[in-house]
Amino acid sequence: MNIQAMANEIPAEGEHSIEGIDFITSGDQYLTFTLSHERYAVDILCVEEIRSWERPTIIPNSPTYIQGVINMRGVIVPIIDLRLKFSIGEASYTETTVVIVLTYQDDDASRTMGFVVDAVSDVLNVEAEEIKPAPQFGGCVPPQYIEGLINAEANVVTLLNVANLQLLEKDDNHA
Amino acid sequence: MTKVLVVDDSNSIRDMVSFTLKSAGYQTVEAKDGQEGLSKAQGDSFDLVISDVNMPNMDGIALCTELRKLANFKFTPILMLTTESSTDMKMRGKAAGATGWLVKPFNPEKLLATIKRVVR
Amino acid sequence: MTVDLSQFIPSFLEESFEGLELMESGLLNLQEGDSELIHSIFRAAHSIKGGAGTFGFENVTDFTHLVETLLDEMRDGRREITSEDTEILLESVDCIRLLIEAARDGEEYDNEKIEQTSKRLTATLDGKDNSKEACVNTEEVIKSPNDVEYLIHFVPELSLAKTGNDPIFLFTALAELGVLTIEADSSSLPALNDIDPLELYLSWQLKLISSASIDDIKEIFEWVEDECELDIIIIDKDNSAPSSTVQDAEQSSNEQVKEVKETQEVEVSSLTDTPNPSEVTKESTAAIKPKAKSDVGSIRVGVDKVDSLINLVGELVITQSMLSELGSDFDMSKVDRLTNGLEQLLQNTKELQESVMRIRMLPISFAFNRFPRLVHDLANKTGKDMELVIKGEQTELDKTVMEQIGDPLVHLIRNAVDHGIESSEVRLANGKPKQGVISLDAYHQGGNIVIEISDDGGGIDRENVFSKAVEKGLVDANATLTDSQVYDLLFEPGFSTAAEVTDISGRGVGMDVVKRNIQALGGRIQVDSTPGEGSTFKVNLPLTLAILDGQLVKVGTETYIIPLISIVESLQIEKEFLNRVSGDMDLYRLRDDNVPILPIYQLFNINTQCTDLDNALLVVVESDGQKVGLMVDDLLAQQQVVIKSLKDNYQQVLGISGATILGDGSVAMILDIPGMIQMALEKAQRIQLKKYPNHTDKVGEYI
Repeated sequence: MNIQAMANEIPAEGEHSIEGIDFITSGDQYLTFTLSHERYAVDILCVEEIRSWERPTIIPNSPTYIQGVINMRGVIVPIIDLRLKFSIGEASYTETTVVIVLTYQDDDASRTMGFVVDAVSDVLNVEAEEIKPAPQFGGCVPPQYIEGLINAEANVVTLLNVANLQLLEKDDNHA
Repeated sequence: MTKVLVVDDSNSIRDMVSFTLKSAGYQTVEAKDGQEGLSKAQGDSFDLVISDVNMPNMDGIALCTELRKLANFKFTPILMLTTESSTDMKMRGKAAGATGWLVKPFNPEKLLATIKRVVR
Repeated sequence: MTVDLSQFIPSFLEESFEGLELMESGLLNLQEGDSELIHSIFRAAHSIKGGAGTFGFENVTDFTHLVETLLDEMRDGRREITSEDTEILLESVDCIRLLIEAARDGEEYDNEKIEQTSKRLTATLDGKDNSKEACVNTEEVIKSPNDVEYLIHFVPELSLAKTGNDPIFLFTALAELGVLTIEADSSSLPALNDIDPLELYLSWQLKLISSASIDDIKEIFEWVEDECELDIIIIDKDNSAPSSTVQDAEQSSNEQVKEVKETQEVEVSSLTDTPNPSEVTKESTAAIKPKAKSDVGSIRVGVDKVDSLINLVGELVITQSMLSELGSDFDMSKVDRLTNGLEQLLQNTKELQESVMRIRMLPISFAFNRFPRLVHDLANKTGKDMELVIKGEQTELDKTVMEQIGDPLVHLIRNAVDHGIESSEVRLANGKPKQGVISLDAYHQGGNIVIEISDDGGGIDRENVFSKAVEKGLVDANATLTDSQVYDLLFEPGFSTAAEVTDISGRGVGMDVVKRNIQALGGRIQVDSTPGEGSTFKVNLPLTLAILDGQLVKVGTETYIIPLISIVESLQIEKEFLNRVSGDMDLYRLRDDNVPILPIYQLFNINTQCTDLDNALLVVVESDGQKVGLMVDDLLAQQQVVIKSLKDNYQQVLGISGATILGDGSVAMILDIPGMIQMALEKAQRIQLKKYPNHTDKVGEYI
């Protein structure tokens, strides 16, 4: 079972499947994914791998959106369900449910976490100027997680801040 | 290749001397006291012996005396490493048949320059 | 070509610290007439001095020189070995250690202490300080701005070759200084028949054009100066033709003799190539920046351990290729061979694991070796007569565990000295021998290492401890506690029974830190005492930090791991021993104890069918001297697990000490017993507050 191949076959909502990535000469690349009907993206350099959903081991007394931890080649990786955290749509776990594993590195350390999403979509090549600021009001995603908005043809893609995503559990107290 | 026997109970000094010699193209064999030095000498031949004086089991002076008894070490240059430059020390060295001495502390350049007086 | 010396400095530092330890233990055990020991102490000091000089640590050299001089007098018999001198030497060892540490870390040191000890050393040497090798910077080097022509007349003694000196090499060295022309004089050569091949009959006339000084030239001949005639004349380009100097040389040979004698002082000056050593110092202090607290960086491993490892890996490779071959063309008929192969793989892996862990294991003597000195000093300070007896110092344990157990052990020893052993008068009055004995022992038990610190002192005064604890509000005055529970109060923060706070044991901040440190290592400490006879502190530690012996248990669909070290026993609940108190606290009567029951499914909010206490499985664990029973659905296997941290990618979770990966690849949580007890406490407190919002009494005093 080749996960990567499977991931590529997952129907991206409303999009044609892509053949491949053309040679990019400028700009940055972002992996897009969907939570319910909304589109989101993260810096592709942070994407460690894309895995199919497997039931993780529960962490006692943790918030519901923290599903637990899995074993990724000997490393303990926490799994966070973005659909629950952001209260978007319904959190269902099917064969097509996908976990995007993100690694963020700063000066002191690096952290790896997996995020449950509904589907993975294509990779966008975006110039820095194309990233527009997001409106401050409304929305179920708290502003500290949003880097900006990207216009992809008719759709709007919300670019997420990976570093802050990983700080997720710190702003909650345990029930 | 010129072969040197380095005898010193201090690992760091021994390593340093050996390394210095090797980087100048000499071949080295090491021993950590006079006893070991003597047994290494007996099975082999050397172009030069560099030995510390103060060592357990057999000190440098005794080693020198013993080496001079061996046929193939009669004329081998033996240099003593010593911290004392007193006449007394020199006398003892000479009496044991030492070729010369090097006063500690010495730097690697000095070591290499000095041994030129007794080997190629 | 410059040779970089800095690579040898770590080795020198390590050596020096070892040497200092040798000196210290030697000095502590030194008796009059112990010749071999004093020689080895001297050699250690001598090596340190020599190495320090070579690597440019001037202050170490200077100080150690004094120490060496004193030791030299002692070993030669010129000086008696007195206990005052031994004390001064012990202090000096501390000073050298300070200096070397400062050199290693590139930091300042306490100059006052060094000064003080220096003075004491000098004083005791009675000002016989002449051997301080004055690096006489005096000798001017005769500067020749231009090349000077030297005429050197060299007549070696017949037996020069016997010392291994060969004129050829001397000339080679000379040739490096400039342009050399050699003329041999074979006039003294006897007839062929009379020649003794071992003797040197030749003499030489050498002409050297060089910008080197006359001292440089003399230096080349320094080793043979006593065995030859050496005349060095500077030829002024204007006058005296070379040929005439032969006679001149003989005439002025008396003067030359003086010159030759001068080479002795010249040696010293030519050694003052100070530029290099100070460069080295700068490099070395810059290079050794990483602050080594107590030698954390490397491990010395015996070759035997490495060889064993190599063998085991070899066997593993064989097993692997065997299995690989089996797998490539497999059918059910080969199942037996597969099973065998897997058996073998298990064996290999086990042995490899044990072997690798052993590499990190060092004998506990490394931790124990500072204690004789400590007890010696403390005995002096307190005026008590005491002896330290050490056993089992070859018992091995993990390097990191050992490094971290050092401080707690120091505190326990200090405690034994200060509070355990009574003063000589008290001891004699009680019919005890004047000298108190503190004994330190280490041995393996199960998968752990046990360290025992006992003293034959007065034991722990139960009443005293209890009343003090009541005073500090640590326990209720009416609580009935067993002896061991009372002794455990000693480990509560803020506890101290000393009438005045002594500076040796600290202000009561010690024992609780000791306990916490031991627990952080996954161990535990318990204390036992007999009034009038003494006390024993027993520290139990896992052999390694990364691996744990665990009991797998099932709660609902979840698997958890309980560290074996904390399990007292596992049992099936019998209804008759169940009791309920305070409305919702279940207790189980286990012999004399009432053990509170903590249902894991409740603490962790897990769905499970097994909620009925009757006939449920209870795993009784112990922590902080307190027993609790963990209710589980099922007991699974016992196995060794590798501890993986949750903190790397997540964070600390209350009640969980880490995670592990089971054989099937799934993750299982390892329970942290003290954490779980705390969880239960907090939960109970919340329930209390809900029920009785006005009461603020402390909840959960276990009997």
